[in-house]
Amino acid sequence: MTPVTAAESLTPELAAARALGDDALVLAQRLGEWAGDAPVLEEDVALTNIALDLLGQARTLLSLTGDEDELAFLREEHEFRNVQLAELPIGDFADTTARQLYFSVYQELLYAALADTGGALAPLAAKAVVEVAYHRDHAEQWTLRLGDGTEESHRRMQRAVDGLWRYTGELFEPLDGLGVDLPGLHPVWRERVADVLGRATLTVPGGPDRTPWAAGAGRQGVHTEAFGRLLAEMQYLHRAHPGASW
Amino acid sequence: MVTAGAQAPSALEAELIRLVGEVPDPELPVISLAELGVLRGLEVLGPGRVRVELTPTWTACPALDTMAADITEVLTSHGMTEVAVDTVLAPAWSTDAITAEGRRKLAEAGVAPPRPKASGAAGAAGGPVALELAIRCPNCGSTDTRLLSRFSSTACKALRRCASCGEPFDHFKEV
Repeated sequence: MTPVTAAESLTPELAAARALGDDALVLAQRLGEWAGDAPVLEEDVALTNIALDLLGQARTLLSLTGDEDELAFLREEHEFRNVQLAELPIGDFADTTARQLYFSVYQELLYAALADTGGALAPLAAKAVVEVAYHRDHAEQWTLRLGDGTEESHRRMQRAVDGLWRYTGELFEPLDGLGVDLPGLHPVWRERVADVLGRATLTVPGGPDRTPWAAGAGRQGVHTEAFGRLLAEMQYLHRAHPGASW
Repeated sequence: MVTAGAQAPSALEAELIRLVGEVPDPELPVISLAELGVLRGLEVLGPGRVRVELTPTWTACPALDTMAADITEVLTSHGMTEVAVDTVLAPAWSTDAITAEGRRKLAEAGVAPPRPKASGAAGAAGGPVALELAIRCPNCGSTDTRLLSRFSSTACKALRRCASCGEPFDHFKEV
């Protein structure tokens, strides 16, 4: 087995590319779980289209740091640098919607800033930011519909935004080499998310946005229990049949 | 299309640019790669050696590999022995790169063409994704059409339905 370059031996810019590539790869894998299982056919198509967009970002970003297939299929849990928010189970449709809202607002802000840096990641960021705008718009529409919908949809949407809140702080941890002031984007993110939640008649979660024992360590290679099962499913075929293709 | 090099294209390059430009899009064969606006450059590097620059429509467009293979095949069958097709991302492709002829062919094939980006497509972070401006039904011509889903059969399309004739149709969404 060819050893893949450890994130620690990459330049800071490439280490950041790997972290963002891992975010996109892992969330794409999660969204793919909705294929054939979404509430309506249009959502099947929408969520897997968003997954495909993310996979395209992941391929570009990970290829900057090594062989994309080896990176996706041959790394262990602790070698992945994605935020924990990306790896959490899909939950119900409200959980998926809440994560998409939190993540797409973050990613749109991040890519817009990254596009202006002129660095190695700028071309991808400039290209992907307009695609991510559609993801954010999709998440926003569903947040409004579920939050301001029935009593039951409101209850479940509120539970989802509350439950995922503690994984959002990690998104704004500084990433060296990116040339983007991530902590500086945090207040803008809060403002935009609060605006959507407000219009959806939902309450902005009040608890801490990170907890030391669980959230905030994905960038250091510390992941949640569910992540191992995600990798098992994603990597099984490649590991069992190296080089398999169709 | 301009060549990747600084000089004006040679006669051979101009001929190869024309040939490559006529390659049909693998997903929407009614439109050519030149009409889609995805060819960024072509340069003859030496006898039989040519380099082509191709840009994806959407980042994850799965048709990109097929496009590169089709380009290679056309160039090989015209005497080139060494063909390199490189993917370039910057400047990012926009639906504004689709030619007027390309738009006409899309509409004829039942796909509502993208509106000019000035009309308010996905823009800067936080900006509106304006999808409610009139989009004409490619079947009956009515502008009374509704968005069913921002995502459709391929990454680059949205799904709509015409309120007049009732037919669902794809819309090439703006980026």
